Amino acid sequence: MSGSPLLMFEHGGVAALDRVPELGVGEFRAHVLDAVNGGARIATFFGRPAPGGAVRLLAVLAEEYSGILQAASTTVYDSYSALTPECPQAHWFEREIAEQWGVVPRGHPWLKPIRFHRAYRDGKDAWRRAEAPVAGVADFFRMEGEEIHEVAVGPVHAGIIEPGHFRFQCHGENVFHLEISLGYQHRGIERRLRGGPSARTLPYMETLAGDTSIGHALACCEALEALAGAHVPARAHVLRGVALEIERLANHTGDLGALAGDVGFLPTASYCGRIRGDFLNMTAVICGNRFGRGLVRPGGAAFDLADEHVQDLERRLQAAERDAAGAIELLWHSSSVMGRFEDTGAVTAETAQALGLVGPAARACGIERDVRHDFPLGIFRYAQIPVSTFGSGDVFARAFVRALEIQRSIAFLKSQLGMLSAGPVLAPVGPCAPNALAVALVEGWRGEICHACITDEAGRIAHYKVVDPSFHNWMGLAMAMRGQQISDFPLCNKSFNLSYCGHDL
Amino acid sequence: MWKVLLARLRQKHRTIGYPRRAPVLPERFRGLPAIDDGKIADARAAIEACPANALAQDPGGRLRLDMGRCIFCGECERACPGGGIAFGREYRLCARTREDLVITAEGRRRADALGAEARRLFGRSLKLRQVSAGGCNACEADTNVLTTVVFDLGRFGVQFVASPRHADGLLVTGPVTRNMESALRATYEAVPAPKIVIAAGACAISGGLFADHDEVRRGAGDILPVDVFIPGCPPHPMTILDGVLRALGRIE
Repeated sequence: MSGSPLLMFEHGGVAALDRVPELGVGEFRAHVLDAVNGGARIATFFGRPAPGGAVRLLAVLAEEYSGILQAASTTVYDSYSALTPECPQAHWFEREIAEQWGVVPRGHPWLKPIRFHRAYRDGKDAWRRAEAPVAGVADFFRMEGEEIHEVAVGPVHAGIIEPGHFRFQCHGENVFHLEISLGYQHRGIERRLRGGPSARTLPYMETLAGDTSIGHALACCEALEALAGAHVPARAHVLRGVALEIERLANHTGDLGALAGDVGFLPTASYCGRIRGDFLNMTAVICGNRFGRGLVRPGGAAFDLADEHVQDLERRLQAAERDAAGAIELLWHSSSVMGRFEDTGAVTAETAQALGLVGPAARACGIERDVRHDFPLGIFRYAQIPVSTFGSGDVFARAFVRALEIQRSIAFLKSQLGMLSAGPVLAPVGPCAPNALAVALVEGWRGEICHACITDEAGRIAHYKVVDPSFHNWMGLAMAMRGQQISDFPLCNKSFNLSYCGHDL
Repeated sequence: MWKVLLARLRQKHRTIGYPRRAPVLPERFRGLPAIDDGKIADARAAIEACPANALAQDPGGRLRLDMGRCIFCGECERACPGGGIAFGREYRLCARTREDLVITAEGRRRADALGAEARRLFGRSLKLRQVSAGGCNACEADTNVLTTVVFDLGRFGVQFVASPRHADGLLVTGPVTRNMESALRATYEAVPAPKIVIAAGACAISGGLFADHDEVRRGAGDILPVDVFIPGCPPHPMTILDGVLRALGRIE
């Protein structure tokens, strides 16, 4: 886009902080809205402390068709005119900014806390609360009318899952609206990253969302490596890609099993539950831990594979491929499953675009959006995985996209394990560049993971912002529930399978 | 119908032979750590390498490793090239007291079963309610996996139930965030007495990596009486299964 003052930079590169344009609020709004209308998506949008008690907002936009990132910044004090009314994908970011910094985005239609903690600026609170916030105590959306009733669920749920609170506005079985209130998992990780990188940086990354240990660790390493100008060896790129795809396989397989379980189709539920474990055990072959803890480290990978490990992985992959294919195929041939999957929890492509959904949830609406394709780094620059989409936007589409991705990830693993180049897996990483910004995108199994790292004048982490794919997608689940039956909630919820702690951080 | 039956045949019988046969663990599995003070050239280097503050020296200069904080990353092992700290393949890690999780050169104390009355009540049938209170979904996932056909938890008479009212105890994961504190207390109170509490994972035992964050408490033991501690980040499913069965006196 010619004439835009936004700083354009390449994914994997570094932007000097003083090159990020500092615009007036009006100009910032206009250019960000312009870029979004032109097809860019907000990858991250956050505040950080600025001199004089002000807050500096930074937006990073991702332009999928060109693979270019754009950044701009503005400074605000106690309020500014919200972007959300014209740009719905900003809505959750602006709620986060309000909560973290006590800045009010004026005109925001749904301004409520998302994590329930005190603001990071002394004496500021977007809701002028005197008391410390209490999770789940908020101004919930309510409908009035004859026979309208409210159903409240959580934070503690019936299964072995993380906590969150859901409020349904119902008429009989029919749901008008679902409001999702999170924050129960808030551990305050982002703030503790400042002053790093330290020995604890990567362990924190691996527990941001434990089921995405590889995805988040990889995003962090890519950001730190960009800042340090490190050169990661080719073999390490392959190992990281292999680990990322095994993570996807484990979770996608588990999700298909859980979806089968939610419609009472026990064969696939039982087989996929087991096969998921087979994939996790493949990660443990590489590094000893089923979730890949300790594997991805700045400069490459902390574990290498001997030939017998590669053969072991190939053998396991072959067996898992056969078993997964057989288990998943049963779904499509069972009318009792298809009857529940099809036309349940549909999200339109327009809604998905407007909200900026990512990952399988977006691809199930027919949107071709995949970091591995649009912003490839590492091995994905050399080995492309086709983008899997399906257009119906319902539970079936979200299941089917996962099934396609399982096939394609297995094909990728087979080819990569078969031609693993020799060489080191870990390179030294020097200090980070001072006063710089790096943005790393990774296609985790739930979708786009975005890490933004800003360094101070000594090259230490001055600010770190994590966006888990769930951050974009929780509102997608709320939209999917509109007009559905309350009994379909578990199924819709599982079809998104979003992270609570990845959101709550 | 025929497709389903055919698939059933092809998927075979998958339940592991445990406890008759020893479980198969990954070659690179990091289990029970062992300390040999004589082989440690630089204890400070090991202590500083630990991201979880799990290592300390006692006044005599001997190293102590707190499995209740350890995330089993192996960084200390790498910082002691002489083999002074080594993570072994022992997966049976549970303890009945917080102190028993501390490893020294003398080793550690193995966990005893629960008291006779608790064993009489729960030994053959234990219903647990799982509560995630800031858990990252890794402990949760590897607890959930016990209900798959591979481990088949039900054959031991142990089951995870949907309501605390139906439960004999809680299995807590996560450091206990401030935002989950009251929900965890309420869930505990909803379990009819007598009841037990199992803390699974470094976070639930001590707060883990997050122990010094004001957003969290220091694990389940900070607000509830914990009967069984199961270390790990996350604990391997076999470590969790062993912890539950050992507490019930079901295995030696």
